[in-house]
Amino acid sequence: MTLLAQIVTPNWYLVLAAVLFTIGAVGLLVRRNPLVMFMCVEVMLNAVNLTFVSFSRALNDLGGQAVVFFVMVVAAAEVVVGLAIVVAVLRRRPLATADDVATLKG
Amino acid sequence: MSLLAQASEVAVSTPSVDWWGVMPLLLLAAPAMVLLHASSLLPRVWRGFYTGVTIAIATVAAGFALGLWSRVMDPDRGPFSTLGGAFGVDGFSVFVTVLLCVSVILAALLADGYLKREGLEGAELYVLLLLSASGGVIMASANDLIVMFLGLEILSLAVYVLAASHLRRFASQEAGMKYFVLGAFSSAFFLYGIAMTYGATGSTSLIGIRTFLVENTLLDNSLLLAGLAMLLVGFGFKVAAVPFHSWTPDVYQGSPSPVVAYMASGVKVAGFAGLLRVFYVAFSSERTEWQPIVYILAVATLLGGALLAVVQTDVKRMMAYSSIAHAGFILLGVQAASSEGTGAALFYLAAYTFMVAGSFAVISVVSRKGDAHSSLEDFKGLSARNPLLAAAFSVMLLAQAGVPLTSGFFAKFGVIMAAVESRSYWLALVAMGSAVIGAFVYLRIIVAMYMSDDHADLGVGPDSDAGEEAALGVPATVWAAIAITVGVTLLVGVFPGLITGLARDAVPVLVRAAS
Repeated sequence: MTLLAQIVTPNWYLVLAAVLFTIGAVGLLVRRNPLVMFMCVEVMLNAVNLTFVSFSRALNDLGGQAVVFFVMVVAAAEVVVGLAIVVAVLRRRPLATADDVATLKG
Repeated sequence: MSLLAQASEVAVSTPSVDWWGVMPLLLLAAPAMVLLHASSLLPRVWRGFYTGVTIAIATVAAGFALGLWSRVMDPDRGPFSTLGGAFGVDGFSVFVTVLLCVSVILAALLADGYLKREGLEGAELYVLLLLSASGGVIMASANDLIVMFLGLEILSLAVYVLAASHLRRFASQEAGMKYFVLGAFSSAFFLYGIAMTYGATGSTSLIGIRTFLVENTLLDNSLLLAGLAMLLVGFGFKVAAVPFHSWTPDVYQGSPSPVVAYMASGVKVAGFAGLLRVFYVAFSSERTEWQPIVYILAVATLLGGALLAVVQTDVKRMMAYSSIAHAGFILLGVQAASSEGTGAALFYLAAYTFMVAGSFAVISVVSRKGDAHSSLEDFKGLSARNPLLAAAFSVMLLAQAGVPLTSGFFAKFGVIMAAVESRSYWLALVAMGSAVIGAFVYLRIIVAMYMSDDHADLGVGPDSDAGEEAALGVPATVWAAIAITVGVTLLVGVFPGLITGLARDAVPVLVRAAS
């Protein structure tokens, strides 16, 4: 256990968070289902949460962990608004993907 | 650290609150909540009631902010911070608060006639405007990056809903969805930027970050630079700077016109307020790192906005690209990283708030029911149908082009002077080139309004009810908005000292918590 704690440094979590953030960002760009796109945003936000906690541990400062609660609240509020907009769109165009929602162009 | 120390004591000490300092914020947010609940409990009331209440709320909040102005400008008392140093009140935040209140008032004036025309009910639009403005006030006053993030989200979430608020127009919902997806994407980048800055400096407080950067030399500042870049992505999206501008034309075209007026004025003001506060104040010791990035952003935004506006055929899209070009001009002031640059940027934002609100007042009327008639064709012969409306729009467009005797001239003059003083000569030249290209776009609209004689065919398309539509009924509230915006634009164009002095005094400062 102590051996593992010495091997697994906060840097590992920072790298994991960066990978998760990238997965979310790429997913948002390549996936076309609106709901999956929102899930990708959530992955990005939670990757940032992991980053905050890792830095908080590395810096021995509790502020970073307090931030995570704020981010959770914001993420929840964002889901509420996002789902409302998606439902409004899907009621007008059932089974629409992001590519179908393209009446505005110029 | 301080949290640990507090936890070991029995009594939890809470930070002191200077209620007068946060009063403009509370006066925007709390009555908005009351209004929302009242509107769902009360029977249907006279439509203008919500408009009147919204204007009254914003006026009172602006009045309290003006009261704070004399306090922070008093040399004996000066700027202060409250809520444990997380919320700063200085000339900068007061100036931005008043601007946001003005943009809410103008948008509410436009919304009254718009909701009536579209047959929409309810107080939600007004409530969301007020809540969004309260988020902008938080951004302008934030002394902590997390508070800045909360302000950004309060501002944005309300505007996402506003963009999608027309229930019967699919274009509006599409605009809302596009704005939301890209907005959430950029917010995540902004938050990651905060996390990296926290990792590099050990603090999310702007004072803590500045103190750390001044006192320490980082051997490896790659983490900090990555954080800076990501923060810039977040702000660049909100102010529609060029690599992050792709949402702007679609959202401006699809959203209800009063909402676009607020988006172009209020959201831009708040975005630049946050940008100046974080970069000019907290990262002032790193200016050699971020100035070149802002320089490139400004060049791309100036040229991209102006050039793409030329090829548009829809006036709302033209205004979207022109608002991108205006963001480029304001970036000139940011790039200067001087008190002159900040003052010039604030003056530009103040002038632009009135110009763009007035422009969308006219566009909203001309677009008619359904908000769909906003192509250049629809503006042909406007001078014959409604000479006063055409004249007002001409003043707005000339002001946006930067013609003397309008506020737009001094706005452009100020930011270009700031760029020259900071020795960014090429940037100043690019800005002048962008102004010339922009003038072509604005003159194209004016030519369509005045010098086109085929206005007789207007409104006789296969599916239009010609008679009453061609007459263009303009509600009194829209006339009021147009009168205010034209009046201020011309008045400031003749007497720029009315605002330049205030904008120069409104430099952002950071003040530590009193305790």
